[in-house]
Amino acid sequence: MRVSQTIRLLLVVAVAYAIVELGIPAIGALMKPGTWPVVPVHLVRLYLFFIVIVILLYAAADEERWSRVRGDFRFFFGAPGARIARTATIVAISLAGGYGAYDAVRPRFETPPELRAVHPAPPSSFSIGGKMYDLLTLDNPLRADKQNFAGDVKAGAAIFFKQCFFCHGDKLDGRGLYADAFHPPPANFRDIGTIAQLQESYLFWRIATGGPGLPREGGPWMSSMPVWHRFLSETEIWQVILFLYDFTGHAPRAREP
Amino acid sequence: MRALASMLLFVLVLVAFEAALSLAPWHEGAMAAAGAPAVEATAAQPGAPKLTVADYPRYRGFNSRLTVWIAAQLHLFFAAFVLGVPIFVLVIEFIGWRNGDPRYDRMAHEFIKISMGAFSLTATSGGILVFALAVFYPGLFAYLTRIFGPVMMLYALLFLAETACLYAYYYGWDSMQGRRKPGHLLLGLALNVVGTLLMGLSNSWATFMMAPSGVDSQGVFAGNVWVAVAGPLWTPLNVHRFLANIAYGGAIVGAYAAYKFIAARASEAKAHYDWMGHTANGIAVVAMLPLPFAGYWMTKEIYAYSQQMGITLMGGVFAWLFIIQAVLIGTIFLAANFYLWCGMARLDGANRTAHLVKYIAGVLVICFLVWFTPHTLVMTARELATIGGAYHPVLGPLGVMSAKNTAVNIMILATFFTYQLFRRSMVHSTRPWMARASRFQVALYVAAVANIIWLGVYGYFVPANIRIGLSVPQVMTTLLVIIVCIVVDEVIASRSKRIGAVHWGRMPARAQYALFTLAVAFTWLMGLMGYIRSSIRQHWHVYTVMRDGSVDAFTPTIGHATAIVSVCTLLFLALILFVFWLSGLSRAREAPAGLAEAGATP
Repeated sequence: MRVSQTIRLLLVVAVAYAIVELGIPAIGALMKPGTWPVVPVHLVRLYLFFIVIVILLYAAADEERWSRVRGDFRFFFGAPGARIARTATIVAISLAGGYGAYDAVRPRFETPPELRAVHPAPPSSFSIGGKMYDLLTLDNPLRADKQNFAGDVKAGAAIFFKQCFFCHGDKLDGRGLYADAFHPPPANFRDIGTIAQLQESYLFWRIATGGPGLPREGGPWMSSMPVWHRFLSETEIWQVILFLYDFTGHAPRAREP
Repeated sequence: MRALASMLLFVLVLVAFEAALSLAPWHEGAMAAAGAPAVEATAAQPGAPKLTVADYPRYRGFNSRLTVWIAAQLHLFFAAFVLGVPIFVLVIEFIGWRNGDPRYDRMAHEFIKISMGAFSLTATSGGILVFALAVFYPGLFAYLTRIFGPVMMLYALLFLAETACLYAYYYGWDSMQGRRKPGHLLLGLALNVVGTLLMGLSNSWATFMMAPSGVDSQGVFAGNVWVAVAGPLWTPLNVHRFLANIAYGGAIVGAYAAYKFIAARASEAKAHYDWMGHTANGIAVVAMLPLPFAGYWMTKEIYAYSQQMGITLMGGVFAWLFIIQAVLIGTIFLAANFYLWCGMARLDGANRTAHLVKYIAGVLVICFLVWFTPHTLVMTARELATIGGAYHPVLGPLGVMSAKNTAVNIMILATFFTYQLFRRSMVHSTRPWMARASRFQVALYVAAVANIIWLGVYGYFVPANIRIGLSVPQVMTTLLVIIVCIVVDEVIASRSKRIGAVHWGRMPARAQYALFTLAVAFTWLMGLMGYIRSSIRQHWHVYTVMRDGSVDAFTPTIGHATAIVSVCTLLFLALILFVFWLSGLSRAREAPAGLAEAGATP
């Protein structure tokens, strides 16, 4: 039996949906055992919207194919023999739409999703205790000291595991003991989109001034990051930064020539 | 009348400059008359003025920022259109002159006719922008005038030259045929040179506000206006806008062709506008292909100029607007491809290649999904817990530029492949070497895609600055495939026999909506990206030099900004429809005989 054009296209949509809802989480579970990394629902909707659009475009791009699809629809909506299937489909779509509307407005206890700026924009300069730091020219003074590099990294590791790992985790993946208490969660330094994208001066500013040092633009911020210059010396902050890059294997972003 | 209107606007602009200078609160004359220091920027400190709310005149019923925003955006839409169209009009006219086919000449003439109507609106919206700036932001306008005064005068003179060239080019079209054609082409070249210079000069004001040069940290002008013009972002913006103007011009005249195609009843007219739409779509796509890379270059320069500005753009609050940008660019690719797929219906020999369309669609959809997958996923707390943190192991790596560059390069190759299928469907390989050449092309595609993916994956293992640099070999790979395939196709086409004919006009009406979609998506995209480029200055008129002291010195919410961009888009589309209508009126008067003849065709 030859499957109709419309049914084949609907099957493609169903397969695409299955890949998004089950395939991607399954691959994610293999990469990160013990989790089921679902695709966030807002992204599922976007993905499906464009998959359906492309399938419709494909169907409409050829006159013969398009007339077959239209013929299927004419049959479905006009043929007396398809009355039960037609009624069932219309009822199912109406119920699904109704449930969607209900689901969108029903009271929830979950915190709503939040648009979070990944990298808040740093100022061009800032001061600590009267000392000015120009972020456009600031470099990690310890990086050039090859002789003491290993010692500085070790010192940075000690500071990290004493001060930072409670939130950022012992694997530096943002999964520390307290991580679940924060929303948005602590930064995952292993992610290629965090410290690997940034110059060391940015990290220095972010660690030294913490949540209160974030710019007014883009606020209100919900960062729980402490103001670390009150607890750590400048050298200790640079040592921690050395450790973050050394442990994750990322290189800090070089200044553009 | 148009020339008179342009002259009048020129005089009014000069008056506005003078008025702004004399009204500015720190103007020396005004200071002496007032006898009090209104602002800190006085003769003793001739740097950028430190403005307060009182320095910004307010008028009931007007929101200063919105007025300037909408006026500037409308002016940029029209300016991009009228600067882009003459570039490809000249190329089409040249092709028509060389191959002696009058259809090219007719099409080029029709294209420039559309831009003529838009030219008056460009000048009008430019005049409104100048007045709005002088009235609502006299401090900023006077500061810019103090630095760019000579450039502005040069701009005004070039505007006159542009007007003269355009009218001579358009009205001299019919009389400068035959032996006079080279002279007409030279006129077109002059028009484009002047237009490009105009664009470059006005770009310098925008790039100075983003990345000031030629002034010190207090905004004190060192005296060399060329240094102020040729700032660090000037050349990337010039290149980006030059390419974008061509693509935009192609998209708008494509919409015009679609509008005429749908309205046409005669098969001759349909054939003409179908060919016109096909050409316009080709222009828009070809000019758009290098645009992402021009955009990367500009962003790289922004980042190099200021990490703060770069992060605000790509990682901060504006990053969310790039999701909309990605969707719009994807829409442009899909619309252009859909139009090309529908175009296969024109060919007798398309059945041989039509089955490949579904694979192209598959590649496009995968690349498109990668292209707009955001780096930071918007997640509920429950999703966050299920995923096990904010970092998604599968989707997370798709959020960085390595994946985006890979996706966009493959999308470009897929689009070019569609275009190539269209051309190859018309020819039949008759000799063994042609089959070998085709196999070579397939091997080239496979090797190119493998190389692009390899470079993309390699990007995850190198520092960020090297990763960004990898986009260059990726682009070069794409360009290499396009150039080699064009050359091979030309050689094959010149030595093989054609299968059937191209039936221009044998195109479904629904394909024309793809051309409308292109025009709408391009306009929206330009408005959105223009807003982002301008707004990353945040609370600065001139970045780090001159603060915005007005009540509007805040970054609007994403929703508000996109709503205003949409209003600008709708306004422009309404005005351009008016231009299309006007263009149709003049045609009705010009060629009644042609219409009568076309009407007789079944």
